[in-house]
Amino acid sequence: MMSDDELRQKVVEVLAAEFELDPADMIPTATLYDDLDLDSLDAVDMVVVLEKTFAFKLSDEERLRSIRTMDDLFIFLIDLKNQSA
Amino acid sequence: MRLPAENRQVVVTGLGIISSLGLDRQRVQESLRLGRSGIELVAERKERGFRSGLSGVIYGFDSSGLKRRYRKNLPEFGQWAWASVEQALEQAALVEADLANDERCGLIFGNDSSVVTGVEQCQLLAEAGESRGIGSGHIFRLLNSTVTLNIATKLQLHGCSWTLSAACASGGMAIGQAAELISSGRQDRMICGGAQEISWQSMCSFDGLGAFSRREDDPAAASRPFDVGRDGLVPSGGAAALVLEEKEVAVQRGATILAEIESYATTSDGHHVSVPSGEGIGRAMAMALKQGGLAAADIDLVMAHATSTQVGDAKEAKALVQLFGVDQGKDGPIIAATKALTGHEFWMAGASQVVYALLMSQGGFVAGHRNLEQADDACQGLRIAKQTMEFNPSRILCNASGFGGVNASLVVRVTP
Repeated sequence: MMSDDELRQKVVEVLAAEFELDPADMIPTATLYDDLDLDSLDAVDMVVVLEKTFAFKLSDEERLRSIRTMDDLFIFLIDLKNQSA
Repeated sequence: MRLPAENRQVVVTGLGIISSLGLDRQRVQESLRLGRSGIELVAERKERGFRSGLSGVIYGFDSSGLKRRYRKNLPEFGQWAWASVEQALEQAALVEADLANDERCGLIFGNDSSVVTGVEQCQLLAEAGESRGIGSGHIFRLLNSTVTLNIATKLQLHGCSWTLSAACASGGMAIGQAAELISSGRQDRMICGGAQEISWQSMCSFDGLGAFSRREDDPAAASRPFDVGRDGLVPSGGAAALVLEEKEVAVQRGATILAEIESYATTSDGHHVSVPSGEGIGRAMAMALKQGGLAAADIDLVMAHATSTQVGDAKEAKALVQLFGVDQGKDGPIIAATKALTGHEFWMAGASQVVYALLMSQGGFVAGHRNLEQADDACQGLRIAKQTMEFNPSRILCNASGFGGVNASLVVRVTP
């Protein structure tokens, strides 16, 4: 099973590729909208690319909407990984 | 101070072009001069059951300079449109900051389909099993107005912004309407043009009508406007853009004036969805002359719509013969039929027509049409350029017609 660190690395890797971001900017405290300049449409694509990468559903829309930072996203995905284990 | 409408002139200060003849003005001008065809036989179309595999093709386009945010929202032809706009702005010596937040600057493009995205989104839905699996870009690529909605946002325009759909007259009408918005005083500067996708998805039902040339053994000879041996049009595409400005606005900022849009007229045949009446394009040309206060003899070059169809070319030829009094023994203007090289660029054709005309006039020549071996009887007396000839036109009449019997004629006065 993928470790938490491996998951974080994979998230950074796929989002950097999808949104043409610099991985160095994608620190845990970075906010998706302000610091990384993503918008609500990018969030739609983020869900698609993460679901394809990890093969689990990001269907908790309320929790998705509450994600502000990279770390929020990491924690959300680690929870999903553990649930699907 | 804003000039009253009757004193406002509309000038061209920038041109941009992505076509089967090249990816920039210089290359396209060279292709026109050398008579280099952009038409090929596309094997995939034959494999998919097309009656004709002929198409204009565009190679080597690089969209990597465009940020992902714009790339994902623009179909390929929209990216061509953006590249053509960039070229036109660069020639007009305008940067994005000159346009941003300006209520007096707008955008009109001619476009009438965005089919590839429609097909793709249905495939993605089937694969994902839920609509959210499609992602965010498709809706903005799908709309007919994809070019204008994206480019107006990118340039932060505050003026008019819409797409004009009138089949193969779309691009010509976009220029005409943009010019009218300036001459009427509503806008001072307009970016305008036309875009056309090149894809089997957008062309399969058109091919099914048997409207495309079958001269597959010699693609460069397939598009034969006005020739007796013509057997249909060749589909093509790309994007063409112009920057239009009110003359005083252009002069005050020291812009180089390339040409003037002197008049514009549009008519409908009210006749048949696909068969032109001929009377309609004749009326559009006559109306454009009248609106410009011009006589037929003032026109020395015509960019004919001439798509290489049996009926369309003959009808347009008759209208030209009549308008210019060629049947009365008058010489008439030189007639250019550049679709012999490009194929028919449909929604873009009326706009690329103007760009090609100005690139040729800047180079002091008119492109020849070597596929014209024997002119149709309807062309009797018309001076259709067969070989590239040295020529410096002063006034160019540009025609565009489309399904539904729509017609547009523009008179473009070349800056000496």
